Amino acid sequence: MLTRRFFDRFKKKESLKNRDDLGILVFENTSEVIQAERVLKKGGWPVRVMGPPPGLQTGCDLVIEFPLMERLHLQRLLTAVGIPPLEMVPVTDPLLKPVDLFHTKDFGLFLLVRAANMKITVEKKSLLIVNISGGGCPDVPYLASLMVGKTIYNTPRPCTMGHTLCGYALELALQEVERQCLP
Amino acid sequence: MLAIVGTVPDEAFPLVSGKVSLNGDILNVQGHSVAVNRGTPALLAAALKACEVLEGRDVTAFLVGDIGLGGGSRKLYSHLADHFPAMTIHTLAFHYLQPDVDWHNRIVFAVESMAKKPRMIADAGFMYAAKMSGQAEFYDLFTPDAGELAFLADETAPHPFYTRGFILHDENRAEDLIQRTYLHNNGAAYLLVKGKSDHIAHESGILTTVDHPAVEALEAMGGTGDTLTGIITALMAIDMPVPMAAEVAAKTNRLAGFYANPTPASSIIEVIHQIPRALAEVLKRFGDLLP
Repeated sequence: MLTRRFFDRFKKKESLKNRDDLGILVFENTSEVIQAERVLKKGGWPVRVMGPPPGLQTGCDLVIEFPLMERLHLQRLLTAVGIPPLEMVPVTDPLLKPVDLFHTKDFGLFLLVRAANMKITVEKKSLLIVNISGGGCPDVPYLASLMVGKTIYNTPRPCTMGHTLCGYALELALQEVERQCLP
Repeated sequence: MLAIVGTVPDEAFPLVSGKVSLNGDILNVQGHSVAVNRGTPALLAAALKACEVLEGRDVTAFLVGDIGLGGGSRKLYSHLADHFPAMTIHTLAFHYLQPDVDWHNRIVFAVESMAKKPRMIADAGFMYAAKMSGQAEFYDLFTPDAGELAFLADETAPHPFYTRGFILHDENRAEDLIQRTYLHNNGAAYLLVKGKSDHIAHESGILTTVDHPAVEALEAMGGTGDTLTGIITALMAIDMPVPMAAEVAAKTNRLAGFYANPTPASSIIEVIHQIPRALAEVLKRFGDLLP
């Protein structure tokens, strides 16, 4: 039992990028993906939210990439909290490779980062958020009004202030801006 | 009357209805002011600027504060359900509102009680509710972006959360998605699909595509879809046929963006101030075709 725990801890710390044995968790809707991501990250599992691969016909706009070795573990865990995945698919084919949600455009003085449908533009020197675009969800104008004019250090976070899928995508975009711009 | 229904991203903003005016970058309605950023204020400001060219028509706003939780939207729905039956409205546009099928249907009943049905436009959250209710055909125009079109085209999706393509846009699938939208009766009489290319479509497919001028910095700017809906609302209020209004609006919105000479840090109000110049120029090109 202790040995098992020790190896679990070791696995959790491993980076997903260095592993070949990956799988994807497929859910019926994006609300379930967001809940599952929260549960798995809280448990320390090295998972990543991605776009669904072109070869996968079921599920919604988001999937979770996970270490395939942990398949049974994660299935039990997610079933126990009431969000069992529709499918757990091994990434065995290029058509089953999940797609990156992020795109970056360099405008010289400004950097635009898009996560799915939401875009954040920051001034590179000051890290001031100068624009937010995309998305028609009801909380988008509110989030934009809170964030534009703030720096990425002191902006309110969409994950706490938003209520929709667009708010979630905006949080991902902010995290990617932080990853690219902060030391 | 040209009327626009939507929300302001400020919980403290009260329910107001009345004639709206634009002073510089600030909208005023019934003694309340709101800065024009993206969202319904941008739509209203764009409609007002377009009306400056269209013989100075008035714009009436029905507004309420809502930060996306729906409390304000429900208050506004209730107000409209009570007051619409006695009103005369020529063109009616619905914008950022919490999607609520039950309230949507009560609004439809109220509109049906009016002496004459307005020309009906739905965008953003209210368009989701129109589709979810199965009453898309009640509308003259929907103005989706590529992700919202994917939701309209998905006959099984009860909510955008269930749709593949809602946040992962694929603009190359527009033709296919438009067909699918109409196959399952989830489209308004016309669609104006907003994106890198703007497509004007109805049940037979894409009628016109507008993709010029393309200004790269506008990709960063929030509110360009809102201004497009504002311009087309103003044009439909002068009885312009929907396909022509959509084409004129798409060209005007792009030209106004070009004239604003924006950087990625520019605000939508800079584009809005260029709408009269751009619209006058586009209307001149249409010349004798105008109603």
